[in-house]
Amino acid sequence: MDLGIFIFQTLIKILLVLLIFSALAGFTTYIERKVLAFMQRRLGPMYVGPFGLLQILADGIKLFTKEDIIPTNAIKPIFKVAPVILPVSAFVAFTGVPILPDIQIGDTTFQFLIVDSDVGVLFVLGVMAVGMFSPLLAGIASSNKWSLLGGARTAIQLLSFEVVTGLSILAPLMLVGSLNLIDINNYQIEHGWLIWQQPIAFVLFLIAGYAETNRTPFDLLEHEAEVVSGYATEYSGMRWGLFFIGEYVNMYIVSFLVVLIFLGGFGEGTLLDGLCYLAKVLFFIFLFLWTRAAWPHVRPDQLMWLTWKVLMPLAVINIVVTGLLVI
Amino acid sequence: MEHLEVAYPYFGAFVMLALTVVAFIATTIISRFVGRYLARKDTEKLKLTIYECGPEATKQPNRISPQFYLFALLFILFDVEIIFMFPWAVDFKPLSWFGFVEMVLFILLLAIGFIYAWKKGALEWHSIK
Repeated sequence: MDLGIFIFQTLIKILLVLLIFSALAGFTTYIERKVLAFMQRRLGPMYVGPFGLLQILADGIKLFTKEDIIPTNAIKPIFKVAPVILPVSAFVAFTGVPILPDIQIGDTTFQFLIVDSDVGVLFVLGVMAVGMFSPLLAGIASSNKWSLLGGARTAIQLLSFEVVTGLSILAPLMLVGSLNLIDINNYQIEHGWLIWQQPIAFVLFLIAGYAETNRTPFDLLEHEAEVVSGYATEYSGMRWGLFFIGEYVNMYIVSFLVVLIFLGGFGEGTLLDGLCYLAKVLFFIFLFLWTRAAWPHVRPDQLMWLTWKVLMPLAVINIVVTGLLVI
Repeated sequence: MEHLEVAYPYFGAFVMLALTVVAFIATTIISRFVGRYLARKDTEKLKLTIYECGPEATKQPNRISPQFYLFALLFILFDVEIIFMFPWAVDFKPLSWFGFVEMVLFILLLAIGFIYAWKKGALEWHSIK
């Protein structure tokens, strides 16, 4: 491919991903409130605009015009940088995720994937994991007891589930024999969805995904009843908003990964396949919200019990059994 | 779906990194600027202190349970293991029985360490006395 065209295409794709998914992250907060409301027999936001659709805009204006408070004891440079890390790592991880199948126009193929890396899965998971520094540094820099506890919980929760994510994804990789997300997708065209061959890995990866994106039932970092608002206690305005853009973009990444690795991805890549792909991704986003409405929180000790004594041994056994069956 | 031959596959990631860093830092700066003119200001002294129930806060001793450090140590052990296992998993079929037995031995060694930590109570949750 011509270098000029390549650079131009990449820039366009980056701008599209950045704009679409920042907007989508905001829109998902509205969907979340609506879904939670309907599950509790309420109406949710209704007053701003038709069906409360302009609520996102109102929230944005409110976040933007809020006074920017930095508490007196906080470590200022770290306090200011911490919220930026999470959305940055989330968006950089997004470059490794194919958002739609290829589109062929005449001779040129337009690929909806910015970084076609040979270590795709590792790249996405690794860059996503950098986002962990955001709540950790925020918690430490706020010099507040609740924030510090939130930061410490970040460390154990996200680190522990990093182990589970890695181990659970190994078994499907042994079957496929490649880390590239497109290769994983192509493997499933011939051999059927990987969820039928690896149901345990699917469940483990999904649970770990919930923990890594800090969603209920594992939202210990900012559990109101225990640590006020965790690492985000001292944050307000747009700095606080950045944490949430990052969190919601991470939700999309996890949904894309689950669909790509376990649920067949976009298969052959026809138009219908592309639409099915997006529908599957949206279903997993809905599942995130559904779980939040249906599931109670867990305590930190229960979380540690679950990770180290249940999920991790299960993942290791799954790998050994898969190995025996594949040979 | 085919792969495209590209000279610099990671170019997009670096551009995205630069763009998002600039964009999000600019967002916080703009919101600080906007807030300075539009937000309601009053210079209450307690407003700028940390979240507490009213008294003026002093620097607090930050004590957290040593349990957190133990989990971080365990994580390092197992994450290094996983990094070893990724290339093995990708080349699993060519390596066949040789690779499988090697990895089972490796997992057994780690399992001994894991069981030791379990029996020592590193995975239980202790409260601060």
